[in-house]
Formats: sequence, structure tokens, C-alpha cells
Amino acid sequence: MKQWFKSGAPWIWLTGGAVTLSVLMVAGLLGLIAVRGFSHFWPANVTQVEIVNPSTGETEVLMGELVRAQTVTAVLAREAGNFVPEGQDLMTRYLFKQGNRDQTGNDFIWRFETGMSEFEYPQGVYTIERREWGNFYGFPVAIKKDGQEVTTLDEAGESFHQQVQDLVRESVAYHRSIRAIERGDIGRINRQIEALRLNDRQAELDGLTESELAAVFASNAQRRDELEEEYQVLREELDLLYADMRRNGLRMEMINGQQVDINFAQIVAITMPNDMSTFAKLREYFHQIWEFLTGEPREANTEGGIFPAIFGTITMVFVMSIMVTPFGVLAAIYLREYAKQGPVTRMVRISVYNLAGVPSIVFGVFGLGFFIYFLGGNIDRIFYEAALPSPTFGTPGLFWASLTLALLTLPVVIVSTEEGLARIPSTIRQGSLALGATKSETLWRVVVPLATPGMMTGLILAIARAAGEVAPLMLVGVVKLAPTLPIDGEFPFIHLERKIMHLGFHIFDVGFQSPNVEAARPLVYATALTLVALIVILNLTAISIRNHLREKYRSDSD
Amino acid sequence: MTTNQSLTNSATETNTAMSGQENAKPMIKTQLSQDGAGERLIDLETKLEVRDLRLSYGQDEALKGINLDIPKNRVTAFIGPSGCGKSTLLRCFNRMNDLVDNCTIKGEIRLDGENIYAPKVDVAELRRQIGMVFQKPNPFPKSIYENVAYGLRLQGVNDRRTLDEVVESSLRGAALWDEVKDRLNDNAFGLSGGQQQRLVIARAIAIEPEVLLLDEPASALDPISTLKIEELINELKEQYTIVIVTHNMQQAARVSDFTAFLYMGTLIEHTDTNTLFTKPATKQTEDYITGRYG
Repeated sequence: MKQWFKSGAPWIWLTGGAVTLSVLMVAGLLGLIAVRGFSHFWPANVTQVEIVNPSTGETEVLMGELVRAQTVTAVLAREAGNFVPEGQDLMTRYLFKQGNRDQTGNDFIWRFETGMSEFEYPQGVYTIERREWGNFYGFPVAIKKDGQEVTTLDEAGESFHQQVQDLVRESVAYHRSIRAIERGDIGRINRQIEALRLNDRQAELDGLTESELAAVFASNAQRRDELEEEYQVLREELDLLYADMRRNGLRMEMINGQQVDINFAQIVAITMPNDMSTFAKLREYFHQIWEFLTGEPREANTEGGIFPAIFGTITMVFVMSIMVTPFGVLAAIYLREYAKQGPVTRMVRISVYNLAGVPSIVFGVFGLGFFIYFLGGNIDRIFYEAALPSPTFGTPGLFWASLTLALLTLPVVIVSTEEGLARIPSTIRQGSLALGATKSETLWRVVVPLATPGMMTGLILAIARAAGEVAPLMLVGVVKLAPTLPIDGEFPFIHLERKIMHLGFHIFDVGFQSPNVEAARPLVYATALTLVALIVILNLTAISIRNHLREKYRSDSD
Repeated sequence: MTTNQSLTNSATETNTAMSGQENAKPMIKTQLSQDGAGERLIDLETKLEVRDLRLSYGQDEALKGINLDIPKNRVTAFIGPSGCGKSTLLRCFNRMNDLVDNCTIKGEIRLDGENIYAPKVDVAELRRQIGMVFQKPNPFPKSIYENVAYGLRLQGVNDRRTLDEVVESSLRGAALWDEVKDRLNDNAFGLSGGQQQRLVIARAIAIEPEVLLLDEPASALDPISTLKIEELINELKEQYTIVIVTHNMQQAARVSDFTAFLYMGTLIEHTDTNTLFTKPATKQTEDYITGRYG
């Protein structure tokens, strides 16, 4: 034993063990998120089960997706007022997603195994993804047009499903064109009318003479009338589209025999999971993932996609990088190359390093107080006076969120750049100076290019930190639901004053602020997975750029 | 700051070495060749004159009043034990010691009669006239071509044809052209140590300096590369005045026309190489070249 200790083997085990534990924890974390996140998109079979109430003898038929099972002690179940047969210690209960929230009130329900029949998977069940009220599970009966049944399942047979799918596609297309008009054209008209209003107001503020003012008002009013006319035309077009979209309906029968009409305008997609082959399910699975990544959220973020959040996160990180890199690099160059290395420099450096340890929420408070209320407020007063009292930059938005994060990550960039500069051999500087270069020529032609890998390291760390930050963002520009993306086709294309959505905040919002916990749970995992993947992708990009630079500036001293 | 550190370190070495003999007396400045074995310093045109040069790092004097003439178009070698001040003296010629924070210099160094420590001297311009090659090859992280063109680009030369010509002639001058002519755009770090050192020499001669300072240019190289550098030095002295610092006495004997022996910040002996190595005038020199200390 003593020999074993002397050999040093315990240290190898101890240190190796620590590594193993760390790897296991990371793998476990990623594994959990991945499994929970990915499995959400698999088209689940629809289960049908009969439950006989053991005390009353009544029969209940349930249909829906089996979400999970749980084992509880009989005592607990009995205390909760459930019937538990004598001599049983453990009870299993099942969570069903029965959907049909508009009809039944609850879309998720627990049922105990007592009196439960075998699970059945009936053919021909429709899973209908709706724009409101969540999923609907049931059997199709007939297609209706203008309130009249035109095709019934019994008559049409197999071709019925094809017709349904065609109608779904048609309604989705309608929905898309309606959105394009509402968001695109009408949005543009609204903004132009708003611009005219601001123009009126600006004219008043400019202190023009009566006649000049009247001229401005008149021309604006004329333009406004034109826009109004344009709007009326669009409105009529929209009404027609809406009418067309709402024309078709689907008569469905729920498991309890009740018949329900669902308008096709309400339907996003219809699948028949119990009739699908594994291959078809796989296709549907990837289609669902795609929809999740590219779609917009619905139903208070508990359904639909997360595209605006992904887009907002990436935009914010890019704007932050653009701001933090030059600042950090310049500061580091001054600290390392020009500043006299005395007590003052040392104090500045220590302060900067310690900035990295300040809790991020404090940066959020600072961002709100200084950037938004002070800077933004003054920008509004000087440049956007006409829009007051409604603020333009004096309110949380993309720019302030990015600026706050830039401040938050500044120390990381400074430290890494300084390290990069320190690593450059003094012989290289002297070589440049000996050729008649001045200090600044040496710096910009030789030293700074050599330090770029160090700067990239700083940027990588900054991106990793910024993309995952949530707390300060809630104060400075990230919202639950942003009506528009921060980048679009309208001048000036990148709208720094707009509010954005963010994956980290989205997780918080869906996980904690959602009215429908069970529906939100898988989305939390899926969104977390997306966030991790996004950070990994951003980092890998930066790392590959850095390695490329390293290769370019490789020196034998490395 | 790394620059300062490395320089300060060498200063500390100097001080430690000196502490033993604080009162070493300055010896004869120059000595004439006794039997005509080599050229006599007095017959040659002087390129650089050092007059009562005193240099101290803070309180510690590293050079204690040096007087020395460097002849034009000849190779002058500085030898002496570590910390004797030979590298410090070399760095005085292109004012590299200006970079050291607490370094004070008194006395004069005259390049063609003009004091390079005069207040109005443009240091960058001076360094263009007095090129320097360092102990460790220090190519820039750029292509071979850009390394050689660096000095010219600093002077604002961007004409492709001029650059091409200078790069080629400089690389030929440094005996490197044939080895790299097909890969001028490759990174200079891809070259071997000996090639890198010749590239650095090419870089230095590209801006056509008048004097070339070599600070132990072959100490980090293998014997074959060393030989090539030595051959190169022999060729370069046709055009340039060369001052070389070396630890290797065989090398000093092989490449130099004149040799100066420094000890403890003092010039002990300066004469033609042949005389210095065969009939040293002082006991200290003899002890050093026969390997009794240093």
C-alpha cells in the first residue's frame, strides 16, 4: 500500500477521476437536453384507452398522446382522493395530452392505471395542429364548404385525406399572403403615415411662419389621403382573402362522439401518426424541426417556432462584436504599448480585470440608467424631438442591449489582446525598429497583425459569454415577443432601436412565464439545445478564423 | 514590457560581472600593428568614431569611457566575456539603447563626423543608415518578399517594379535568392534558421545602409549555416562597414579584419585581428583568447 502511494499512482487516479467526472457531467447535461429537446418533434402515436371508474363503474374513453408515466405510492394516491385497491403499494399514473382544449378545458390530464384497458392505436386518427387552442385529436367526418358538407369520408374513401391535405396547403398559402400584406404593405403604409405625423410635428417645432406651416400641412395631408386610399385597396384585398380562407371547414368527431367543426383557416398541419410508416415519421420529424427553427412563435410562445429569437440573438452578438472589438483592442494596445507601466496603469488594469467579475445584472441596471435613460433620452431630445413623448432610442432596444453586452465583455477582450501582445517576441519589434520604423509603424505593421489570434480568443470568449447572457438583457432591450425583426428590407435595414427576442430569455419566458406548463416543457429543452448549438456554431466559426490566423502568423516562438 | 525586460536583464548581467573589479583602468585606445602583419588602423578611413562613451543603466555603469575608431569597409569584431558590454556598445551605434527606460548615455559617437546623439538627429533615419541583425533570426510574420520589402515600404516605396528589383538584389546579396526564388510569397517562418538569418540580412541590406551591425549573428545556427553567414560577411564588406559581436573567437579570427577586446565595460585592446590573436599586447587579452577566463 505504501509502495502504491509512493509510486504516484493515486495522483493519476485522482486527477484522472476529476477529468472523468467533469466529462461525464458535461456529457450528461448535453445528453439530457438533446434527448428531451429532440424527442419533442417525433410525431407521437395517438393512444386510445378505456377507463372504468372502479368506484362508480362509469366508463371514460380517452384519446391523445401518452406523454409519460409516473409511479406514486398508494398512500399518496389515496390521500389525493383516488380509489386504490387494497394490498397495492405502488400506483402508476399516466399523463395524456388529450388536446381539444377549446372543448374539454384541459389538454393535459393524469389518469391512474386502475380500471384502464389496453392501450389502442386506432387507424385514421387526425392530429391537427391549430393556430389557437393547441392540438386537436379526432376522427374526420366530412369536408364542408360554405357551411355545406361537400365530401364525406365514407363516400370519398382514401382520396378524402388527399383532399384534406390540399385544403390545408391552400389555407397555409392564404395565411402567408395575408401576413405578407399585413406585415409588409400595411406595415409600410402605417410607418409612412407615422412619418407624416412626425413631419407635421417637426414643422411646428421648427417655428415656421403660418403660411409655410399651412403648406407643409397641406402637402402632408394630401400624401396622407393617398396612403389612406392605398390602404383601402389593400383592406378590400385582405377581406377577400380572409373570406376565401374561411370558406372551408372540416367536421371532426371527438372520441366522446361529439362533432366539432374546424375552419381550415385555423389549421397549420394535419398528420395521421397512427397510419404513418417509420420513414414518413422521420420525414415529418425533420419537417417539425425545420418548422421550429424557422417558424414564429404562437400561443404565448408555447407553440410554433423560435426563429425571431435565433435571429435576435445572432444580430445582437454581431452588433456587440462590432462594438467591443475595436474598443477592447485599442484599450489593450494603449495599456500594453504606450502607457507607462506604473502604479496608475496597474490600477487601471486591475479595475478592468475586476469588471469581468461584476454580476451581469448590474451591467443591466447600468445600461438602463446610463445608456437608455441618459444617452438614449438625450438622443431623442436632440434628433427625434418630433416623436416625443414616445421614445425612439430612450427605450430598451437592440443597440442598447448590444452596447451593454459590449461593456460586459470588454474586460475579456482587453485581457486576451494584452496577452496576445505580450506574447510577441521583443526581437521582432526590435527588428522592425532597426529597419528605421517608428514605434507606431512597428505597432501597426508587425505587432498588431501578430496579436490578432489573441484578439480572436478574446472575441470567442466574449461571444460565448454574451450569447448566453439573460439577466441584463431583460432590462435593456429583450422582450417576450417582438413584432418585427431587427433587420429587414426597409431603410436603414438594420434597426438598432427595435426590441429583439433572445433565446436565453425565451427559455426563461417559456419555462417560467408560460400559462401551459406541460406544453412548454419540451420547448424549454428544445430552445436550450438550440442556444447551445448556436453558441457552439458561433464559437467554431471564430475558432476556425483564429486557427487560420495562427497558421498565417505562426512563429517558431509559439 | 518584454522589450525592456530582456534589455534590463543583460544590463543586470553586466553589473554582476563588473562588481568584482570596479576600478579597472581604461587601457590604451588603439594599438598600431607591430610588424605589418595586417593593415594599420591609422591608414584607413574611419566610418564610426566613439569618443569617451559612457553608458549606465540607472546607477550601474556598463560602458566606462570607450574610445574607438571603426574603419570603413572593414569587418570589426567585438570580443569579450559575457556582460563585458560589447552588445551594449553595438546597440549604441543605432541607438537601440534608447528603448531602455533608465539608460543614460554620455559621450559621442560620430558617423562620418556627425554626432548621432545630437538632439536633432532623426533616430529612424539613423537606423536606416546603420542596419542591424540580431542574435536570433527575427523575420516578420509575412511572406519572404514582404520581409525584404518592409524597409522600403516604410519609406513609402510601393512601386512593384522597384520592389521586385530590390528584393531580388538583396536576396542575391544575402546569398539566399537561389533557395527562395520560387517561393517568395511563402511565409518566412517556413525557412530554416540559417535561411531566416540570411533573410534578415537581406532585409537589412535592402534599404542600403552604410553600416551593418551584427549581434552574434550565428550563435543560434548550426555549423553549416554559420559557415554560410561567415562567407556572406566576407562578401558584404566590399560595400558595407561591418561590426560584429561574437562569442566565438575562431569566428572573430576568421571573419574580421580588426578586433576589439572589451572587458568590464572597458576597451582593453583594439588592433588588426591577426596581431590581436597572435601577439596580444595585454595580459588580459592573452588570458581571454587562450581560454583562461570568460
